[in-house]
Amino acid sequence: MKMLRGLLIPALALLLSGCDAVLFSPSGDIARQQRDLIIISVVLMLLIVVPVIVMILHFAWKYRESNKAASAEYAPDWNHSTVLELLIWAAPLLIIIALGAITWTSTHKLDPYRPLDQVSQGRPLVAGVKPLRVDVVALDWKWLFLYPEQGIATVNEVAAPVDRPIEFHITASTVMNAFFVPSLAGMIYAMPGMETQLNAVMNKTGDFEGISANYSGAGFSDMRFRFHSLSEGDFDAWVAKAKASADELGREDYLKLEQPSEKEPVHYYGSVAPGLYNAILNRCVESNRMCANDMMALDARGGQGVVGAYNVTSLDAATRARVGLADDDRRYVGALCVASNGGQPMTPAGRPL
Amino acid sequence: MNMPDLAKLIFGRLTIEAIPYHEPILIGTFIAVAIGGIALLTLITRAKLWGYLWSEWFTSIDHKKIGIMYMVLGIVMLLRGFSDAIMMRAQQAIAFNGNPGFLPPHHYDQIFTAHGVIMIFFVAMPLVTGLMNYVVPLQIGARDVAFPFLNNFSFWMTVAGAMLVMASLFVGEFARTGWLAYPPLSGLAQSPDVGVDYYIWSLQVAGVGTTLSGINLLATIVKMRAPGMTMMKMPVFTWTSLLTNVLIVAAFPVLTAVLALLALDRYAGTNFFTNDFGGNAMMYVNLIWIWGHPEVYILVLPVFGVFSEVVATFSRKRLFGYASMVYATVVIAVLSYLVWLHHFFTMGSGASVNSFFGITTMIISIPTGAKIFNWLFTMYRGRIKFDVPMLWTVGFMVTFVIGGMTGVMLAVPPADFLLHNSLFLIAHFHNVIIGGVIFGLFAGINYWFPKAFGYRLDEFWGKCSFWFWLVGFWVAFTPLYVLGFMGVTRRMNHFEDPSLQIWFQIAAFGAFLVALGIGSFLIQLWVSYKRRDQLRDVTGDPWHGRTLEWSTSSPPPAYNFAFTPVIHDNDAWWDMKERNARRRLEGYLPIHMPKNTGAGVILAGISFVFGFAMIWHMFLVAGIAFVALVATAIGHTFNYKRDYYIPADVVARTEAARTEELAAHV
Amino acid sequence: MSDMHATPSAAIAEQDVEFWMKEDHHPANGTLLGFWIYLMSDCLIFACLFATYGVLGRSYAGGPSGADLFDLPLVAVNTTMLLLSSITYGFAVLEMQKDRKGTMMAWLIITGLFGAAFLGIELWEFSHLIHEGAGPQRSAFLSSFFTLVGTHGLHVTFGIIWLITLLFQVGRLGLTPANKRRIMCLSMFWHFLDVVWIGVFTFVYLMGSLP
Repeated sequence: MKMLRGLLIPALALLLSGCDAVLFSPSGDIARQQRDLIIISVVLMLLIVVPVIVMILHFAWKYRESNKAASAEYAPDWNHSTVLELLIWAAPLLIIIALGAITWTSTHKLDPYRPLDQVSQGRPLVAGVKPLRVDVVALDWKWLFLYPEQGIATVNEVAAPVDRPIEFHITASTVMNAFFVPSLAGMIYAMPGMETQLNAVMNKTGDFEGISANYSGAGFSDMRFRFHSLSEGDFDAWVAKAKASADELGREDYLKLEQPSEKEPVHYYGSVAPGLYNAILNRCVESNRMCANDMMALDARGGQGVVGAYNVTSLDAATRARVGLADDDRRYVGALCVASNGGQPMTPAGRPL
Repeated sequence: MNMPDLAKLIFGRLTIEAIPYHEPILIGTFIAVAIGGIALLTLITRAKLWGYLWSEWFTSIDHKKIGIMYMVLGIVMLLRGFSDAIMMRAQQAIAFNGNPGFLPPHHYDQIFTAHGVIMIFFVAMPLVTGLMNYVVPLQIGARDVAFPFLNNFSFWMTVAGAMLVMASLFVGEFARTGWLAYPPLSGLAQSPDVGVDYYIWSLQVAGVGTTLSGINLLATIVKMRAPGMTMMKMPVFTWTSLLTNVLIVAAFPVLTAVLALLALDRYAGTNFFTNDFGGNAMMYVNLIWIWGHPEVYILVLPVFGVFSEVVATFSRKRLFGYASMVYATVVIAVLSYLVWLHHFFTMGSGASVNSFFGITTMIISIPTGAKIFNWLFTMYRGRIKFDVPMLWTVGFMVTFVIGGMTGVMLAVPPADFLLHNSLFLIAHFHNVIIGGVIFGLFAGINYWFPKAFGYRLDEFWGKCSFWFWLVGFWVAFTPLYVLGFMGVTRRMNHFEDPSLQIWFQIAAFGAFLVALGIGSFLIQLWVSYKRRDQLRDVTGDPWHGRTLEWSTSSPPPAYNFAFTPVIHDNDAWWDMKERNARRRLEGYLPIHMPKNTGAGVILAGISFVFGFAMIWHMFLVAGIAFVALVATAIGHTFNYKRDYYIPADVVARTEAARTEELAAHV
Repeated sequence: MSDMHATPSAAIAEQDVEFWMKEDHHPANGTLLGFWIYLMSDCLIFACLFATYGVLGRSYAGGPSGADLFDLPLVAVNTTMLLLSSITYGFAVLEMQKDRKGTMMAWLIITGLFGAAFLGIELWEFSHLIHEGAGPQRSAFLSSFFTLVGTHGLHVTFGIIWLITLLFQVGRLGLTPANKRRIMCLSMFWHFLDVVWIGVFTFVYLMGSLP
């Protein structure tokens, strides 16, 4: 008995320590609402699961063959009861109706694409506060964050002011990843050539962990970053620190950075080539490459005809050598001179003319 | 032509470098496998068993023998898949505080991919198919399946696929992509080596077998039921098998198509799932889950059938709510096609799409819940005998209810955003696959073993196996549920946060308990074989069964039934016993039976060579193998003499022997 | 729970009930049903390829589109070949039902020739496209086009191989029940390919030729 207690107490303590797991003690409003949903759905289901488990064990015990007391009840041909059958279909049905309604409303309310309407419970968004925009690129195997308003970029570290909504725009360079800061909000995939979005807000200052939550190859386990939730002043200081960096993230620097690497240290870039995120998203950082959005616009008009078949090229050897790319002439569709992007004339690489 | 060119033509990219002689774990495994293999082969040769194995088993078109061979394949592959699991648990239990563990990512990533592929395709599928193959024809009063040769061929194709996976262990490497091989990671640009090709070809080869066996069993159940067995008089296991095979036929072609497209991307340079030239990787994810979700019901529906048989037999009661059981199964089968997107809510499909698929997913829990209640009320007012199959069933009901609950949690899209890809998800699907499929298979094996071999399985070791599995499962996966709440994601090779380690150590201990469970099962088989005379059952009906398979001898004669039974009731055999039906003892007729053939083994062997050659880009060999494959198949169609008659006097003698045995027993 | 009831057992007098058949039981032959089920599973493969084409069919990657590439008159000729082959197969089956082995084989040979003509034209079209730089690697549209049409062509190829095999078997053994069953299976296969082709013709060629 003593031994049992000796085992039980640490086990219980351990289980309780599981209760302050990060998903149960979130620091962001979205993660908090998502946690509440987990709890609500569990409670709803326990309404039926607990009685079922109790009944299974009870029936198994009571109607065991050796129990002479219950043998009088034995009814070998009893196999149907309309009332019972209605009940066993209706009970789960009712719970699923409730849960389904919750699902429909919460999925719309917590749609990651939807701009926030509150900072935290009971604190609506102050009118006129613009969300902080952060562009996220999942690379092999590190995270690149670009701040278009601040004109800076960082690797494996991201910061945001507390209580200010953040609007993440997320893409990837080669393979699928998932952008996940567990204490901030749920994850969303980062996919090459595509953009996903995440709107979230952090309500506490602190240093939080971010990970890739979708296996992406050899360096995946070390594909972590820190999320710093800072006061307004600290955030400005952080931006200034990054801006002070002499490093510039130009197109060729990006092509270098994009090469696979593991356990990449935190790095700041004081300035970023204009339109870089757009070029990454549209897979046209190489200047002679057609941007995906231009390609789609062309395709919508029926492609480039038979001659277009030959518009396939690759990065020139000189640039490849400069950037340090292996000699694998990867082929892609070549850029045209000028393509239209939302009415504004752009060069193929996304630079304004 | 010079030498290197010639070598390339014949060997493709296969060189001596492909043998992983620098990996001590693999070399150790290889030596163990080689010693074990040679010992086994020597034993077979010394006992002069080759001729017997070839003529009585390998070339057999008897559905019972094929069923047993499927089970053997599944159990052998379970050992392989489980050693992968143990290695993963061990790696994650020690890889903390800068300790890289004993498996570098290159090796570890292959292991988790292989674990998933093997457990689903080469453990669960063969075991489920084996049970259906063995039991369904007996339950419907048939003498074999609709296409006996195809049955043998299907089995050997599954073996060929399994052999390709095993070959990847010692020649080259397996995929490092996760068990569904999402592109672009599985594309040529990111995975240029042979791993993904092993994945593709092993699944394609085995997939042919699975699809054909689905068609076969479907036609069998539709066309070959004994007179009187209307659809609503079929045993529930037959019903669930029917719907499983409908799902197989309707889902596996999708897998074949999507893997073919991935293969074209890798071999022909097409752009289905690439990042450039207009490819779209999201389409792969959709297509593979349109197969993948029905697949989990392909696995779990038959074991729902097993539980239905077991719970009625051991409660010694009619199954409660037969009709609603059948409708629930049909509803689950239909709905299983409407939920695939819940595997990737996080892809950003938008709120309306996500909530549609979330709600359809939850709806599946209604018929599933109804089934649980039906089993529950079958136990109600019964007289329950707790033999081993019934223990597994009660263990299943408790475990599966929890697994179902965590599944519905994941079906709420915003909750899934937190839990997707986490260890919580891992715990959930192991909860339903171990707690559902594996428990059901063990229930089924313990239940039907006496039918197949004529003696019961040892009770003590069966109970050991059950308790080790049950406790081991919960010790192994409760920590994973907790870790999921701590935001720990799947497929990690090492960790930074030292506070997590204790959980992984507990999980590893749980895996060790499960290992004891598997060990107990193997001991159970051995001990039962040793004690077979004490455990012998001559009645053919050791559990006081309800369905037709218990009406014939154990093991049944090649022709199953000397006279085709006529069915008047759902529980046909129970009904016969209740009404004191007497065995017919005269008027035997010659019985028309299919003849054994080696064509299945040969075709599958050539398919193996073809697959292996394609993996290594040995295109000359592949071409020759393909021509040989087509030629052999055509040659086989020229064989018109595929059947023979068992003479009436042989039937009479067999049945007389049984009569004597039965009399001696009473 | 007043409506629980027991199923009456042993209500029927024992003597009236047969539990085992006296005579030999011949379950219905499942070959045609099995073949139908196989065709439906094959149909699903085509469904996936059609779906893929539906998703990627306009992803030209800045290259040529269907309107630029398809030679509709040629495809019309090709379609005619396949449709005619289906008709001639129908004639073969009619002859089979009349047990006229010779004419049946003649119609089968004509069917095979039409099939071969169809394949020849398709191969010519493919080689022409690849020659123009519009091979399956150029764009997702072309990948899905070549795969869908090529898979159909592969099926026709195997149909012809099967047809030749059957000719030998019928020639050697005559119109036995087994051979008749095989002829019917191939017939279903052949008509099935025809139906799929009509889908290909409509969705790929006709709709793809629209600007």
